[in-house]
Amino acid sequence: MITAPPPVEVEKNYINAEHGLKSWLLTQDHKLIALLYLISVTAFFFIGGLFAVFIRLQLATPTGAMFDSNTYNKVFTMHGIIMVFFFLIPSIPATLGNFLIPLMVGAKDLAFPRINLLSWYIYIAGGLFTLWVLFNGGVDTGWTFYTPFSSSYSNGYVIAAGLGIFINGFSSILTGLNFIVTIHRMRAPGLTWFRLPLFVWAHYATSVIMILGTPVIAVTLFLLVLERGLHIGFFDPAYGGDPVLFQHLFWFYSHPAVYIMILPSMGVVSEVISTFCSKKPFGYTFIAFSSVAIAVFGFLVWGHHLFVSSQSVYAGMVFSVLSYIVAIPSAIKVFNWTATMYKGSVRLTTPMLYSLGFIGLFTIGGLTGLFLACLGMDVHLTDTYFVIAHFHYVMVGGAIMGYLAGVHFWWPKMFGRMYPEGWSKLSAVIIFVGFNLTFFPQFILGYMGMPRRYAAYPAEFQVLNVLSSAGASILGLGYLIPFVYLIWSLKYGKPAGPNPWGATGLEWQTASPPPTENFEITPVVTTEAYEYSTEEVVHVG
Amino acid sequence: MDSNIVVAEHAQAAHRAVRHHFESAEQQRDASTVGMWVFLVTEIMFFGGLFLAYFAYRHAYPTAFASASNKTDLWIGAANTTVLICSSLTMALAVHCAATSKRMLLVVFLCLTLVLGSVFLGVKGYQYHDKWVHHEIPGQNFHCEGCADATHTPLFFSLYFGMTGLHATHMIVGVGILLVLIFQSWQGRFDAAWHTPIENFGLYWHFVDIIWIFLFPLLYLIDRSGKGLS
Ligand SMILES: [Cu+2]
Repeated sequence: MITAPPPVEVEKNYINAEHGLKSWLLTQDHKLIALLYLISVTAFFFIGGLFAVFIRLQLATPTGAMFDSNTYNKVFTMHGIIMVFFFLIPSIPATLGNFLIPLMVGAKDLAFPRINLLSWYIYIAGGLFTLWVLFNGGVDTGWTFYTPFSSSYSNGYVIAAGLGIFINGFSSILTGLNFIVTIHRMRAPGLTWFRLPLFVWAHYATSVIMILGTPVIAVTLFLLVLERGLHIGFFDPAYGGDPVLFQHLFWFYSHPAVYIMILPSMGVVSEVISTFCSKKPFGYTFIAFSSVAIAVFGFLVWGHHLFVSSQSVYAGMVFSVLSYIVAIPSAIKVFNWTATMYKGSVRLTTPMLYSLGFIGLFTIGGLTGLFLACLGMDVHLTDTYFVIAHFHYVMVGGAIMGYLAGVHFWWPKMFGRMYPEGWSKLSAVIIFVGFNLTFFPQFILGYMGMPRRYAAYPAEFQVLNVLSSAGASILGLGYLIPFVYLIWSLKYGKPAGPNPWGATGLEWQTASPPPTENFEITPVVTTEAYEYSTEEVVHVG
Repeated sequence: MDSNIVVAEHAQAAHRAVRHHFESAEQQRDASTVGMWVFLVTEIMFFGGLFLAYFAYRHAYPTAFASASNKTDLWIGAANTTVLICSSLTMALAVHCAATSKRMLLVVFLCLTLVLGSVFLGVKGYQYHDKWVHHEIPGQNFHCEGCADATHTPLFFSLYFGMTGLHATHMIVGVGILLVLIFQSWQGRFDAAWHTPIENFGLYWHFVDIIWIFLFPLLYLIDRSGKGLS
């Protein structure tokens, strides 16, 4: 039976419990650390976005109106580095994951609060390195840092940029470590593994990738720094090394990194769809285990980035087949979300709009990934705009849509205020339209042969490029609107109450914003997750 | 009934070292141990990149690696390995003393571990110096007398310095932590009821040792004579 206590008006919550800058910068509360991350990843998102604006301005004309080729190299490199390492990787885990995982497992905090705060400082230190690089003239290797260009020939600040990413990696490792231990050891009484929300499962899988993959990119960049700084060679043929080894090591992390970006979004979408259909997700165990399967198989496909390197063609075949296989768990999720909505009473709220956008765009991104996993096709499409369009459908259409879905879904929980519904729906539509207009033409451009990372292009490609640039300006506007109304809502939004969406899940059982200790009394869980008809979360005193 | 359990758990949480967000000392120790193991997994992956590079290049250039490995000093390396294994023993004894609340012995064994660890680092420094004198550091006027396959011999030394250097960095961090732990043990911070930091540091120290146990044969022993693969 439902014996949840009546929503009590809690005067003290985690935000107003203490005041002053010090209470923020020295906090060990996972919720405040999540907000610190939210502010910093948003800042990096807009810096990375600024470089995207430069890219699209440059490509509005065939000859490139803004920069010479060398500067353009730096522009797309900084865009890639900032967006991948300082926005996409930490975006959902470090903000929403940090905020919600203790709440969802009924704990007072993450297992290691001081390590959690440390991870934010490490992130900031890595970020400052990168900003230093930025203001001193940047780096021009592409975010992929391929050797021997990066180690022997580039004139940019490769060492500083590499160290920035190296340092930042440890913030990601510590976050993953904290999540794993918390999910293993801090669950409330009665909260068994198969009663966990799918968001937690997704973050568990993400954390596994973070702790297994990130150390490898760290050591790879370490070797790159040794080679460039001290001429202790590993990759440059001039030192006897093999550049392809760098590519193997780099993609061993950087392919799974895509799943660090997309799995948390999938977790968000599972929560949102279940809530706004008021139904248990179809095939809970399938969705849960597909997250784990993605994490496992994701580590076995990196070689699809090396089809046109000197990798053996037989290795290529194996990687090709494995890349097809990794699509299966992703497809399972898409089918299950669709089946959940089938005959459900779907409420088209803003988070739901973003989630629907996620499903569509992620499906396109995933399926075009299969084109690239096909050996013969990939020879034609490698390093063209087709690749750019594919991974932006996954990372922007997928990951950022999921991020915005999650931010809107849990905003009332985080701040106790509702955002304006009209504006938020409008911006969701603008983002969807702007996104497709930006990136769909790039599929065609790539198919026609336009290479990535070029500062200029033949005149016949101009129409599609102008369409893309026009789409980017719409997309940029779409991102600015939520930025404005979400800040506005902090002061002027309607009070949300503990559970504005009528969702299940422990985080909705406590006040909005939650008290510092999360729950007045440690909850005891007696039912499975998503029990929409017979919700039974019992609080004992 | 449930409420009794919760009350009982709160009552347990009396030890001074238990932090507010844990229900019990038991849960806290458990979490720290799991956390330490997860951290060691990341360390394995961290070294893993270098081990992969080693195996790839050793497989590709066996002659270069066999002849270059002759340049390592077998007996000094073997002696240093013994020193490190002994430090693992003293560390294990230190953990035992912490678990049985023997404060003075705990301090003694931690100090012994510190001394042995420092000896290892000192010897390593001597070996590095030797390589420097003989121009066997890649990128610094490198040349390797009597080495076969001059193009690829620098790779062996790059890996030698990369792997042992990363290992030594872990040792230096370990020595730093040891200093803190010795001070805290002296103050009597650890007893049978709570000595998680000692236990976890023990895990770390043994891990660093095990890395060396792999590095020693890979860099010093395999196919020194060059007969097996030539
Ligand atoms: Cu990939």
